[in-house]
Amino acid sequence: MAYLDLNGLQKSFGANQVVKSFDLGIEKGEFVSLLGPSGCGKTTVLRMVAGFEAPSSGVIRIDGQDVTALRPNQRNIGMVFQAYALFPNLNVAQNVGFGLKIAGVPAAEITARVAEMLAMIGLPEMGARYPFQLSGGQQQRVALARALAPRPRVLLLDEPLSALDAKIRVSLRAEIRDIQRKLGITTIFVTHDQEEALSMSDRVVVMNGGRAEQVGAPFEIYNHPATRFVAQFVGTLNTLDGVVTDAALGEVTVQGQSLRLPQPIAAAQGATVGLALRPEVVHLEADAAQISRGDFALPAKIAAVQFLGAVIRVKADTAAGAISLDLFNRPDAPPPPLGAEVALRFRGQDVIVLG
Amino acid sequence: MKRMLSWAAIAVGVVYFFLPLVGMLEFSLKMRRGEYSLDAYRSVMGDPQFQATFGYSVLMACLTIVFGVLVVVPTVFWVRLKLPRLRPFMEFITLLPLVIPPIVIVFGYIRLFNTSSWLPLTGSALGTDFLLMCGYAVLALPYMYRAVDTGLAAIDLGTLTEAAQSLGAGWITILARVILPNVLVAVLSGAFLTFAIVIGEYVFAALLDRPAFGPYLVWAGGNKAYEPAALAVITFALTWACMALIQLATKFSKHTRMPR
Repeated sequence: MAYLDLNGLQKSFGANQVVKSFDLGIEKGEFVSLLGPSGCGKTTVLRMVAGFEAPSSGVIRIDGQDVTALRPNQRNIGMVFQAYALFPNLNVAQNVGFGLKIAGVPAAEITARVAEMLAMIGLPEMGARYPFQLSGGQQQRVALARALAPRPRVLLLDEPLSALDAKIRVSLRAEIRDIQRKLGITTIFVTHDQEEALSMSDRVVVMNGGRAEQVGAPFEIYNHPATRFVAQFVGTLNTLDGVVTDAALGEVTVQGQSLRLPQPIAAAQGATVGLALRPEVVHLEADAAQISRGDFALPAKIAAVQFLGAVIRVKADTAAGAISLDLFNRPDAPPPPLGAEVALRFRGQDVIVLG
Repeated sequence: MKRMLSWAAIAVGVVYFFLPLVGMLEFSLKMRRGEYSLDAYRSVMGDPQFQATFGYSVLMACLTIVFGVLVVVPTVFWVRLKLPRLRPFMEFITLLPLVIPPIVIVFGYIRLFNTSSWLPLTGSALGTDFLLMCGYAVLALPYMYRAVDTGLAAIDLGTLTEAAQSLGAGWITILARVILPNVLVAVLSGAFLTFAIVIGEYVFAALLDRPAFGPYLVWAGGNKAYEPAALAVITFALTWACMALIQLATKFSKHTRMPR
């Protein structure tokens, strides 16, 4: 049995079932993200683990102990909230030591642990400050230290980076991951930001409509989405229609050109299937003469160019629809001009067949 | 022109409000013929009845504040946290003391808790004092409820409560260490308003026959000349002191100070 075991969790609010039979096992020390759009049930799952919502059915076990009926203050679970939730009447040190004081830890031990926690989050001199005297990033670090100080069995992070500006988010997510690895604490991270989920997690649970659509490592989720929803929700996706010419060999035709996919297709000959491509697997050829015979290439016209810094996102119109592709920025190779006639090349093995 | 009119309106308001107070203050200082003196104040302060009734009312005010805080803070906390749909109902209930005359409430009390009732509170001085305190708490309810409700509205009650719960705190700890300190200024506002109401209250104390400051004020008004004016000035000063204390509490609440 996994260290944290969520078995058959369901939750209904009146007639509205927000979580439908959710199963997940998380190993000790693992960092798992619940990723999904608003209303998919990810926060409700987290709140059930924390004890703030009682499941309509199902069992939650931590290290073999059934905690489903325990109150939140009896579960020994640390939680970090989107809104920081630092106690405004207490200074930083008092906030961090709050859980230890409740647990009746001797004052000397609290002082030592608080100092250790503040050093860990890089704010050793801030103990006497009040929350309103800290920046958003500092407040969230203190909230993390406060949650970790009582040595909880599980750490829950409820969109902790959502209220921060972009630069702080990136640095803080790396810090959170470092601290989590150092302490080896089992962590569930709820987010709607796929970049956060993919960059921080050991495994990602993509949720939709109260169910887990796919559970897997970030590489797996991104490159081998199990469902059309996962493929479309995680990352940017170009979709094309292909007509199956040989299902067993994985052959389709797109705009009259034949394309060989790496695996057989579960569809009848002559059927139309949805094909998907990530922007980074599409290559742009400005000169059609560069395309060798046998390569799959679609004629296209540049419709939009978005300069994002390191990456340039290009949108090109083809007879099969609009396709986005990413180019690395190179100072010696400016992006193609709007309206330029180009060819888009990709390999059959990079194509995802949508279920 | 508009500015002139505004200043004129303010001036009229100030004169309308302060002139009677100035007149009363001046009258209270004229006990000694031909010169200003504090004789009326000395007479009032030296009156054993003043000391007894004032002390009694201060004690009752303090007990009412404690009782009110113990009842109102957990109630408002629970309604905001768990039963937000009940808020309009609570608003209505807490406004009732403003529309039901105190005399109706006190007669209701006497009828319900007289010596031949199932709970004969009026049968003993202690029981009547308790009844009086409950009556005062009801009178102060609209102010205490609103003060606490406004204070709780200013904090992220749900998240703070959940944060404290996740750190192992039970309900009493959450109320005492997290919620109350964060609405202390609001609670103090309610407390000072309660104090001001209780000190001058007449109907409840008179009809329950308790030796409170309100009935003493009325008695003095009917039997003395200069002392009632001095008493009125003292009562005003007390009320204003309460208001000033509310401001001070707000100012010295360090964790509510905004960053510069």
